[in-house]
Amino acid sequence: MDDKLKNEDPELLKEFQAKIDAEMKIEPKDYMPEAYRQHLIRQISQHAHSEVIGMQPEGNWITRCPSIRAKKILMAKIQDEGGHGLYLYSAAETLGVSRDQYLRWLHEGKAKYASVFNYSALNWADIGAIGWLVDGAAIVNQVSLQRTSYGPYSRAMVKICKEESFHQRQGYEIMVSMAQGTAEQKEMAQDALNRWWYPSLMMFGPHDGDSPRSSLAMQWKIKRETNDELRQKFIDKTVPQAEFLGLTVPDENCKFNEATGHYDWTDIDWDEFWATIKGFGPNNKRRLKHHQQVHDEGQWVREASIAYGKKKNKKEVA
Amino acid sequence: MKKDLYNFAIRMGDTSWILSHRLCELCSFGPFLEEDLAMTNVGLDHIGQAEEWLNYACELSDEDVDADFLAYRRKEKEYRNVQLVEYPNDDFAYVITRQFYLDVYNYLLYTKLTQSKDATFAAIAQKSLKEVKYHLRHSSNWMVRLGDGTEESHERVQNAVDDLWFYTGDLFVMPESEQNLAKEGIIPNLADLEADWEKMVLEVFEKAGINKPSYEVLASGSFDGQHTEYLGFMLCEMQYLPNKYQDAKW
Ligand SMILES: [Fe+2]
Ligand SMILES: [Fe+2]
Ligand SMILES: [Fe+2]
Repeated sequence: MDDKLKNEDPELLKEFQAKIDAEMKIEPKDYMPEAYRQHLIRQISQHAHSEVIGMQPEGNWITRCPSIRAKKILMAKIQDEGGHGLYLYSAAETLGVSRDQYLRWLHEGKAKYASVFNYSALNWADIGAIGWLVDGAAIVNQVSLQRTSYGPYSRAMVKICKEESFHQRQGYEIMVSMAQGTAEQKEMAQDALNRWWYPSLMMFGPHDGDSPRSSLAMQWKIKRETNDELRQKFIDKTVPQAEFLGLTVPDENCKFNEATGHYDWTDIDWDEFWATIKGFGPNNKRRLKHHQQVHDEGQWVREASIAYGKKKNKKEVA
Repeated sequence: MKKDLYNFAIRMGDTSWILSHRLCELCSFGPFLEEDLAMTNVGLDHIGQAEEWLNYACELSDEDVDADFLAYRRKEKEYRNVQLVEYPNDDFAYVITRQFYLDVYNYLLYTKLTQSKDATFAAIAQKSLKEVKYHLRHSSNWMVRLGDGTEESHERVQNAVDDLWFYTGDLFVMPESEQNLAKEGIIPNLADLEADWEKMVLEVFEKAGINKPSYEVLASGSFDGQHTEYLGFMLCEMQYLPNKYQDAKW
C-alpha cells in the first residue's frame, strides 16, 4: 500500500475506491483519504490561482485594444477568467480551507499557478495566441476534468467549460485577422505563435514517467487522462489550425505521422520548464508581486466593508 | 440642428468611452475578486453605451466614418467627454466617487432623455437606464460603506469627494449647441439638473457622514474640447495600435 495511506481505515478506503470505480462523485461531507483531500487542495487552488494570475498577461493589452469590439471581447474574457477563479475558490473552500488561507499560501510562494502565465504578452497577436493556444490547452485539460471524481470540482469544470470555447474562438478570430492582415500583422501573428507554442505544450505538465503524483491521482480519478495523452490531443487538434492560418508551428519535426495517426513533435526543453516553475520565468516575480500589492492595497476597502457590515448589524439588532 | 445632435451624441459617447477606459485599467486591480469583476461589468456597460451613441453620431456625421474611427482616430480636442471621467484611478475611493457623481448625473439625464423628441436619443436612454440604475445602486452603496466604514476609509472617501467635486461643475454647462437641443425638447436643460443632482448626492453624503465640499469656482470647458492633462496620456495608449498601423484591420 502507498505510504500516504497507512493511517487510513482499510474498510473505508475500500468503499471509497469502490465508489470511485462506480463513477460516483465524492462530496465534501463524504469520507475521503487525507491524501485525496490534500491532492485536491493543491490542485484546485492552483487552478483557481491560475485563472486569476492569468488575468495579468491579457490585462497587459486591455488599454491598447485596437477596436471597440476587441476591447469589449477582451474585457469580457478576462472577467470570465476571474469568474472561473471564483467558482474554483468556492470548490476549494469545500475542502475546509478558506479563500484567505489559499491567498496567503499563494503570496508565501507555497501555492503555485500555471507557469504559462509567467510568459510575456508582447504584441497584440499575443492576445490571439493566448486565447487560441493557452485557453485551447486549458480546454483539453478541463474537458477531461469535467469527469473528475470530486463533485464540487467536477461541477465547477462543467460551468467553466461552457465559457472556455468562447475564449478559444475569440483568440483564434484575432489570429485569423492578424494572419490575413498586413505584412506587419502577419509577422506579429507568427511571432506570437513562436513564443506561445512551447509554453502551451508545457501546460500539460511533465511526461507521465517523471510525474510522481500521477498514479494515485489516476487511480482516484482526480485525473482522467495522462499528461502525455492530453498533450497529444492538443497538438493533433491545433497544428491543422495553424496550417489554416498559414502560420508555422516553431518545430521543424512537427509533421503528421501516418503510421501513428498523430503529429510528431520535438520534445519540450525541460530545463526551461523546470526553471520557469522554480521562479525563473520572465515574469514570475512581477505576477506575484502585482497580486500581492493589489491585495495589500485593497485591505482598507475590505476592512471598511466589514466594519460597516458590523455597524449595520448592530443597528438592526438594536 | 444635425450638427447639434452630433455634438451631443459625441458628448455622451465620449463620456462613456473614456470612463470605460479608466474602468478597464482596473482589471486585476480590484480590492477583491468580486469587486474586480463588478467594475469590469460597469466598464462593459459603458462601452456598450458609448457604441450606441457613437454609432448614432456616425449617422449624423457628414463624413463617412464609423464608431471605431470616432473612438480611436480623433484628436484630443475633438473629444467632448466630461472632464470628470478623465480623472485617474488614484485609489478605490476615487474610483467609486467618480462613478457616483457620474451615475447620479446619468440617472437624471437618461431619465429625462427617455422623453426626448429625438427617437434615437430616447431609445438609447431607455436601453441604458436599467444599467445606470444598477451602477448608481452599486456606487451609492460603496459611498455609504466607505464613508461609514473605518476611519481610514472615511478619510479616503472624503478626500476623493473633495477633489472630484471640482469636476462636477463641468456637467451642467450649457453651450449653444445644447441650448438649441433643449429648446427643441431633445435634451433637458442641463443647468436645471444641477439642483436635483445635488439633492441626490447630498442624501447619500448624509447617510455616509460625508461633508459637502466648498469651491468658489468649478471646472468647465469640456464641451469645447478643453480637457485635463490626463486625457492625452489615455489617448496615447488607447490609440497606439490604430495610430501605429494605419492600414491594419483588426
Ligand atoms: Fe483559464
Ligand atoms: Fe478560465
Ligand atoms: Fe479561458
